[in-house]
Amino acid sequence: MKQSHAYTLYHPKWYRRRVSTWWWTQQWRSFKFILRELSSLAVIYFVALLLWLLWSLGQGEASYRNFLAWMESPLMIAFNVIAFLFVLYHSITWFNLAPKAMPVRVGGKRLPDWMIAAPNYAAWVVISVVIAWFILGGN
Amino acid sequence: MAKTITLEVARYRPEQEGEPAFENFDVPLNKDWVVLDALNYIKDKLDGSLSYRWSCRMGVCGSCGMMVNGEPKLTCATFLTAYDPGPIRVEPLRYFPIVRDLVVEITDFMSKLKAVKPWIVRDEEKPISEGEYLQTPRQLDNFKQFSMCINCLCCYAACPVVGLDQHFIGPAAIALAQRYNEDSRDQGKEERMDVLSQHDGIWGCTFNGECTRVCPKNVDPAGAIQQYKIKAVTDWYKSLLMPWGKK
Ligand code: FES
Repeated sequence: MKQSHAYTLYHPKWYRRRVSTWWWTQQWRSFKFILRELSSLAVIYFVALLLWLLWSLGQGEASYRNFLAWMESPLMIAFNVIAFLFVLYHSITWFNLAPKAMPVRVGGKRLPDWMIAAPNYAAWVVISVVIAWFILGGN
Repeated sequence: MAKTITLEVARYRPEQEGEPAFENFDVPLNKDWVVLDALNYIKDKLDGSLSYRWSCRMGVCGSCGMMVNGEPKLTCATFLTAYDPGPIRVEPLRYFPIVRDLVVEITDFMSKLKAVKPWIVRDEEKPISEGEYLQTPRQLDNFKQFSMCINCLCCYAACPVVGLDQHFIGPAAIALAQRYNEDSRDQGKEERMDVLSQHDGIWGCTFNGECTRVCPKNVDPAGAIQQYKIKAVTDWYKSLLMPWGKK
């Protein structure tokens, strides 16, 4: 929008309040929202981690062992656990929001929210189990 | 004397004070009184200089939106008893410039609203002799929820993006754009998309969801915006894959 209400000629007496930088600390709801926004960093982190894993695999055995050694350090484990919790939070809130963004109408009636969220969760669980089976069941 | 409740009302009289300050008023705590009744009581009996907007006192006109204990509310639909024993803090809608006491300046919103053409756009009007544009109940159902918006601006006062970015077109304007987009009689989708696919349009929204939570008419602006985003993205892919196709 071109027009702005920050300054309006001839109306110096309107009182304008400034939003504090810390607005999101004032309510638990907004705090949770910012946590959710931040959780996308954890998603990026895991993508980068996966790329690093693939890259070191491609570099040969020594490089892969080096990667594994890194992953075993307590600092890395702690960091990964925290990042994982963030990703979990991100996924759960994402699935809960899905019905809001994609309402499905059947016969002119809107399906209840859980009917859209549930298949999302189911797919998540199934895919996770299959991947876990591949990784853990392999040896 | 009957039971009373204290209202802490934000006052701003530019000729008198440099910034808003609270003034306390004790009003009768009647069971059937809403916050707006209390304000009317103050104006009639205690201080006639109090300024605020209202008209229908029945949740239709959308002019009585204010912050009640920090939440955007229609004051004509917010009962005093819900806040017993008080006090109840009444402030002007957040994020808008204050003109006086509880009255805010909404010209900025009006120009944003106009930008999305909230009316039925036709390429060509058919002659009156051909009769009205017909619509089935199901077609009506597609947009009815969005048409319940009364422009009370509670959603603007709830939305952190509105607070942080004054250029953001805002929840109600997008929901109303969607109300006309989804109307089977309308042909203005593309014109609206030009305005709404901008950064200050739908992409400004971070899906905080506060607008939907506070909406007194259950319009669900947040839902409207996300649905619009999905539509914008699929349209973009379609035009990429099938540039010859019609949008
Ligand atoms: S006075 Fe009309 S909506 Fe409250």
